[in-house]
Formats: sequence, C-alpha cells, structure tokens
Amino acid sequence: MTDLLARLGNIAGHYNLYIAILLMVAGLYVVIARGNMVKKLIGLSLFQSSVYLLYLTPGKILGGTAPVVDPRFAIYSNPLPHVLILTAIVVGIATLAVGLALVVRINEAYGSIEEDEIFARDEATVKREDRAASRPPRRAGKGAR
Amino acid sequence: MESIVILVLLTLLAAVLVAVVRTRSLFAAVVLLSAFSFLMASVMLVLDAVDVAMTEAAVGAGISAVLFLSALHLTKTTEAPPRRSALLPLAVAGITGAALLFGVSDLPPFGIAETPMHRAGPDYIARVPAETGIPNVVTAVLGSYRGFDTLGETVVVFAGALAVLALLKRRGG
Repeated sequence: MTDLLARLGNIAGHYNLYIAILLMVAGLYVVIARGNMVKKLIGLSLFQSSVYLLYLTPGKILGGTAPVVDPRFAIYSNPLPHVLILTAIVVGIATLAVGLALVVRINEAYGSIEEDEIFARDEATVKREDRAASRPPRRAGKGAR
Repeated sequence: MESIVILVLLTLLAAVLVAVVRTRSLFAAVVLLSAFSFLMASVMLVLDAVDVAMTEAAVGAGISAVLFLSALHLTKTTEAPPRRSALLPLAVAGITGAALLFGVSDLPPFGIAETPMHRAGPDYIARVPAETGIPNVVTAVLGSYRGFDTLGETVVVFAGALAVLALLKRRGG
C-alpha cells in the first residue's frame, strides 16, 4: 500500500515533465508526419514550448515566490532558467518569422505549401529538363544519316 | 495548492495540444495555438516565472499569432489530406517519448529546494540588490550580468528581420 502511494507520489511529482515530454513528442510527430509547411512550423512551436516547460519546472520551489527581492519574502524560485527562456522565446519568434517568410516565398514560386506537391513539381521539372538535354544529340544523329 | 493549479493548467494544455495536432484547418490550428500560448503563460506564472509569462503572453500568443495569420492570408488556410501512412512518424515519436520517460524517472521530484541547480540561484538573489540596485533579479541578470548575451539576442532578431525583408522583397517593382 505504501509502495503504491510512493509510486503515485512519484508520478505526481513528475507530472510537469510528463506533459513536457508529451508536448515534445507531439511537436516531433507534427514536424515529421504533416506535409503542410505552416503545420510543420506549428509543430516546431509546440516543440519549443516543451523546452520552456522543461527548463522552468526544476527552477520552481514550492512555497517560494517570484524572484523580485522584497524584505517580506525569504524563499525565491531560481531566476536563472527564467533568463535563459526569455532569450529563447525572443530567438524563437525570430526563427518563426523567417520560416513563415520562406513559406510565403515558396507559395509564390510553386503555388502550394504542401511538401508532396512541391516535390512532384520539382521532379516534373527535372524530367522536362532531362528530355530537353537529350534531344539535340538525337537530332544530330538523324542529320548524319 | 500550487501543485493542484499547475496540474489543472497542464491537463488543459494537453487537451488543447491534442486539438492543435488533430485539426486539418490551419486557421483553427493557429487560433488554438494562441490559446495554448495563453495557457502556457498561466503555467509559467504559477511556476514563478513572471517575466517569462509576460513575454510568452505578448510574443507567443500575440505576435506569433499575427505572423501565422498574415502568412495564412498570403497562402492557404486548409491542409491537404495525408497521402502517406503515419506509422513511421508515430514510431519515431513513440520511441523518443519512451526514451525521455526513462530518462525523466531519475530526475528529482517537482518543487523541492535540495537540488544542485538551486545553489546558483540564491547566490544571484543575494548579490543583485547590493550590486545593481534592481529588485527584479531576472532583469538585472539579463541586463547587467549577461548583457552581451542580450546583445547577441538583439543581433539574432535583427538578422531575422533582414532575412524576412530579403525574402519578401518585391522583385522588379
């Protein structure tokens, strides 16, 4: 009975980290499985959120308060993960903006933001170019006859 | 009490996450992602990361939603139905998740102060008011102790803005 309670307590004590893992796995799945580029970027955002949670969770002290120094409080949560994650959020939005600009540019060039359609168009272009490249020798051969 | 609030918020977060992953409408996904960011900001607030919560609410739920919506306006708002099987991505995600679960089981439980990382934090909290005169430790570390890092962050944002301008410039106009 106490063993079961201890195990339950262990699960509750790691709940934040389990949710962080769920976010990370879901983000990874969306990035790999979905062909739509905007959806891929959404997956990337989910993955980033999981890292925020993973960093901020161990910094918290139960019964502590936010790290703003005041004589009425004695226990503060750790401020260093907060500093790192503030930087991470701002850099994350910069990379997201570049990613979305790339998506808009790809949509201008290909008329699609689905990976499969873009690959199909690329293959068609390559085949057409191959055919165009292999034509002149054949014509030269006919001329020699 | 704090633990229960976090538990409820994280469960809501997981529910919104499932909706974001499953929906085929990109517009719905972006709006749900915005709601997800607000929930994340609430979680951060309960985790005592007030500065981060403020930034996440402004940047994650605000600016990134605006960026996504403008990108959707310039492209398409629906996702094509899947063509390939989802088995391989599911397997990759499952194996990664199992490895992470195995790794997490040895980490210290949530909210205790007797962990190695809590040796550096109190040191900053003791030094910051005397050395800088700023009560907010996060601001002081960001601006004073890690000023070059913040400069690097600004350079990254500047480079990102340049890249976006270079990509979206109208050619021949």
